Amino acid sequence: MANITYVEANGQSTTVNLPDGWSLMQGATTNGIDGIIGECGGSCACATCHCYVEESRLGDIPPASENELAMLENVADERRPNSRLACQIKASPKLEGLIISLPACQE
Amino acid sequence: MSITGPILIVGAGQAAVQTAEALRAGGFEGPVTLLGDEPHGPYHRPPLSKAWMAGEMDAAQLVMRAPEMLARKNIGLHTGTRVTAIDRTAKHVTLSDGTTLPYAGLVLATGATPRALPLPGGNAQGVYALRSRDDASAIAERMAVCIERQLPVVVIGGGFIGLEVASTARKKGLTVTVLEAAPRLLGRVLAPMLSDWYAELHRGHGVQLVLGAQIAEIITDHEGQATGVRLQDGTLYPAGLVVVGIGVNANDELARAAGLACERGIVVDACGRTSDPSIVAAGDCTARRLADGSLLRLESVQNATEQGKSAAAALLGQERPFTATPWFWSDQYDKKLQMAGLSMGAEHWAVRGDISSGSFTVYHYKGDKLLAADSINASRDHLQARKLLDAGVSPTPQQAGDAGFDLNSLLPR
Repeated sequence: MANITYVEANGQSTTVNLPDGWSLMQGATTNGIDGIIGECGGSCACATCHCYVEESRLGDIPPASENELAMLENVADERRPNSRLACQIKASPKLEGLIISLPACQE
Repeated sequence: MSITGPILIVGAGQAAVQTAEALRAGGFEGPVTLLGDEPHGPYHRPPLSKAWMAGEMDAAQLVMRAPEMLARKNIGLHTGTRVTAIDRTAKHVTLSDGTTLPYAGLVLATGATPRALPLPGGNAQGVYALRSRDDASAIAERMAVCIERQLPVVVIGGGFIGLEVASTARKKGLTVTVLEAAPRLLGRVLAPMLSDWYAELHRGHGVQLVLGAQIAEIITDHEGQATGVRLQDGTLYPAGLVVVGIGVNANDELARAAGLACERGIVVDACGRTSDPSIVAAGDCTARRLADGSLLRLESVQNATEQGKSAAAALLGQERPFTATPWFWSDQYDKKLQMAGLSMGAEHWAVRGDISSGSFTVYHYKGDKLLAADSINASRDHLQARKLLDAGVSPTPQQAGDAGFDLNSLLPR
């Protein structure tokens, strides 16, 4: 379990308690958080679950795969050093309290 | 804005949800209602043949949009609701319980239905097609029985669905045979060298692959349970589970009965418009009329979302043609295929990267023109190909095949 806080581009903040193994994309779409689309259902194929991870917590998350890095090159909004795809980040106790920010556009 | 009255959406899948959300994003404030015939609200179909069937996801993780998310956007959702008729003059639809619902705008996002095997035993117990969450759950349950009783699985059809199911079944340790009628796998969509590569991939994972398989019948026991598949040459493949993946038919019956133009699907233009100005259609149920007059049927997430956006815009009186390069993906074992463009009519191919390394891209050419690119574990190539195709830029086959050549340098700045 981990409490994850999603901050949408308009500033709205929502905290969700995610079971272990759930992706941050699933946490957003099932809890009514706009700003993450997840068109491909979490297959790392569409780049519509782009998020910005708190810089200080990047070390708590396994690094992006080659495939994810390639998809990140094609996100709709600005790509930053802390850009990740939410479908590729799985909840675990290590992520407790994580805050992710969502870009203004996903496609 | 051309419509103020209620908009009904027949369907609750990817295209339906996309259309509903695009209507709201486009400023439509009237009632929007999804009418889904499945018992479930909108869910993701792509994981059904993979993580869902493998038991790696629970139902809540499959949900595409939570009910509160739809409610927040004031999108109504009726599940378990079947539309039986459209009255285009009165502008209402009839539900299976006889209720009529009026519409000012109607969206048909009715999806597709797997083709049944037109052979003896095709409807036997233990024979499954895969379309819905319930189909996938039933297959997974039967796989569990097969594991317990050490019964093999036979997949009929070496297309994407069949091969993804074969991959999932092998991951579970099941004995799997794939029977494909054509001389190669994925013959209608992939270059021959990729068909061969997929055949090797599956054989390497222990799948028994039979190409050119002419099936005679599915044999059953005295209780009507499928126990095997017999070929015309007499070969028998025992099976505790038979999965049939031989393509789909567009669900265009409702549209056809209402007199809308249909041809292998509901005929739409690039903006999702049907032959009735109050009715649009999106997703697997459509056949899109292209500029050259031909019809294009696509079954993909991208087609559903792009047509959904176009269809919503059309109802709001705007032109938003779907012109983006088609793309698609398939996950089998640890390999991700990503396809860009349409390879029909390709005459020759160039390969970037080393096929034996398991990370490469096949570029399809007709003359000098790049038609499509199929990438295996090469997402960068895939995204680059989408950009090249969107821009109408064709690298020479030599440039495409030279991993040292920067294809981005050909893109307009």
